Amino acid sequence: MDLSVVILIEVLYAIASLILISAGLAVVFGMMKVINLAHGEFMVLGGYTTITAVGLGVNIFVAMLIVAPIVVGLFGLIVERLVFRHLYGRMIDTMLASWGLSLMMIGGFKMIFGNTTTGVAGPIPGFTVGNYQVNGYNLFIIVVSVLLLLAMLALLRGTRFGLIARGTMQRADMAAAMGHSPDRIYMMTFALGSALAGLAGAVLAPLVGLVPTAGAAFIAKAFITVIAGGPVLVAGLASAAGTFGLVNQVFSFLVSPVVGDVALLVTAIVLLRLLPRGITARFFRGRL
Amino acid sequence: MTLNRRRFLTASAAATGALAMPTWALGQTGPIRMGTVLDVSGIFDAYGTPMDMAQRLAVAQINADGGLLGREVEIVGYDTQSDMALYTQFAQRLVRQDRVDVVQGGVLSASREAIRQTLRRAETLYFYNVQYEGGVCDRNTFINGVTPAQQAEVLVPWAMSESGPRVYILAADYNYGQITARWIQKFVADNGGETVGVDFFPLDVSDFGSTIARIQTAAPDLVVAPLVGGAHLSFFRQWAAAGMNQRIPLASTTMGVGNEHRVLTAEEGNGIMVAYNYSQGLDTPANNAFKEAWTAAYGDTNLIHEIAVSHYMGVQLWAEAVRRAGTVDRMPVIEALEDNLSIEGPSGVMTIDPQTHHAILDVHKMVFNNQEMELVETLPQRPPVDTQAVCDLIANPDENTQFEIEI
Repeated sequence: MDLSVVILIEVLYAIASLILISAGLAVVFGMMKVINLAHGEFMVLGGYTTITAVGLGVNIFVAMLIVAPIVVGLFGLIVERLVFRHLYGRMIDTMLASWGLSLMMIGGFKMIFGNTTTGVAGPIPGFTVGNYQVNGYNLFIIVVSVLLLLAMLALLRGTRFGLIARGTMQRADMAAAMGHSPDRIYMMTFALGSALAGLAGAVLAPLVGLVPTAGAAFIAKAFITVIAGGPVLVAGLASAAGTFGLVNQVFSFLVSPVVGDVALLVTAIVLLRLLPRGITARFFRGRL
Repeated sequence: MTLNRRRFLTASAAATGALAMPTWALGQTGPIRMGTVLDVSGIFDAYGTPMDMAQRLAVAQINADGGLLGREVEIVGYDTQSDMALYTQFAQRLVRQDRVDVVQGGVLSASREAIRQTLRRAETLYFYNVQYEGGVCDRNTFINGVTPAQQAEVLVPWAMSESGPRVYILAADYNYGQITARWIQKFVADNGGETVGVDFFPLDVSDFGSTIARIQTAAPDLVVAPLVGGAHLSFFRQWAAAGMNQRIPLASTTMGVGNEHRVLTAEEGNGIMVAYNYSQGLDTPANNAFKEAWTAAYGDTNLIHEIAVSHYMGVQLWAEAVRRAGTVDRMPVIEALEDNLSIEGPSGVMTIDPQTHHAILDVHKMVFNNQEMELVETLPQRPPVDTQAVCDLIANPDENTQFEIEI
């Protein structure tokens, strides 16, 4: 009994962390079709921002949920103005530029923070379920990712900015004809996606060994999730993360972590063979 | 004298000749070339960069003392960027194009095996200076890192006596982790214990939630974790976040080798048991002098870790052998090393074991406390008994294998 509760928490946590690491990419890649290979480094920047802010005496929750998204969002804004806005519609060039950006960021982290930066400890203690110790911070991550999905839904469906942004992503020329500047909308959307990456990195910072190259561990999973999710933003994210998180954790637990990773990749391949344009190209069409 | 075209050409040819002269004349007395391949960038640079700093310090010290045999030592170094394919490429370049006198370097066991045969075939002496899984038996190669018998044989019984007989092993999924896990199983069995689980992790796994639940299902008394690299650090953090660090003791054969214990907070790291050849906390004259020289060169001692010191010792061992042999030629240097060559350095006395080309060295039991390694006990001059059991280069000098333990 207690074991099934523990497994349930681990599965939910795996899904939640996939949603977190993919959300920023879903906005930048899913909506704007910009392949940002520096997504992992944006997350790492969020993590380092948290560590630095906590070191300066900021409350850890404020550092994770407010400071890091703002800093990384601003960073994304600057990078978009300097680099990406010149490359919209040129997918290969964007990949190359963002890959270069990721290398620069790794070098920058190394110069500023070095290879061994003491992390921040999780602010929520572990608790007991029957005979098992569970990481209490997992629950926090689950809550954050649920709130994140709801907030994205509310923003896209309920606000004027969401409507304009969706319109611009579908037909930039029509949006421009209606008097909205696609340039500014793209800028705002990219900054929002960066802020989400920063949030993810910040919230995961207490659970990972944050080193300059840590971004590489996230990027592949983020891309697989977003691509398998397909064109519908929130539902795609939730369904792909749900499938992969479940498969990965069940196989990790029953067999071994290696088999868990293998199962995740096999599922992704099968899924993309059956639904080449992602889960939400077939299901949840026209939703958000 | 007017300067016409012919005169000018003659004069400049002579000048060029004069400039080229010293290089040609120095053919035998020019700098000694030490080739190195290290990951100074990429995911393993936390290991490689301090090793690079250590070798530069060692060579600077050797040159400050007048060089070797009256010649200066020059480093021909390549950054392998944590990419195993680049090792083969740069090793080829070192032996074919640069024609170096010795090669020092390699970080992961995978990188060592990528270049060892190339260097053997090219008859270029090779030093690999990192703790590893043991068993390499090759007369062209010298290895001064701790092996499982020197490390796990000390660590496992001690950690078991502090906890209990049921042991769970978490290891990195490549040759180091696989072979070390088998050695740990052997030492657990030898000490009357039982291995209740073994899990392997690819180097990019950073989520250990399900593993922590699996471990609790097996309910071991002790977890031994030869995990490697940045992503695997997440295990130690998630272990502590679940509160497991208060319930099941942890020992590791790798944690702290690249100063990883500084990434953990004090509470997360406290109590983890390790056994290494070096700690910055060793209060010996040689170590204090080393740390002073390092500080003078690089500002502070933050980056010094065990394999940086091993690498420093590797360079010094080779330098001492060249002094004894009176030449940089490969065979006389190998023979000088095989003559139980011994030097004292920051990690204590290190002696070459002629039978295996491994090192006899001091091993220290240590516990993490407030992000420092606290010395518990020193076991002086441990021989590499694991490799000695399978490798005898005196009897079979042409041996060229890496033996693996069978269980």
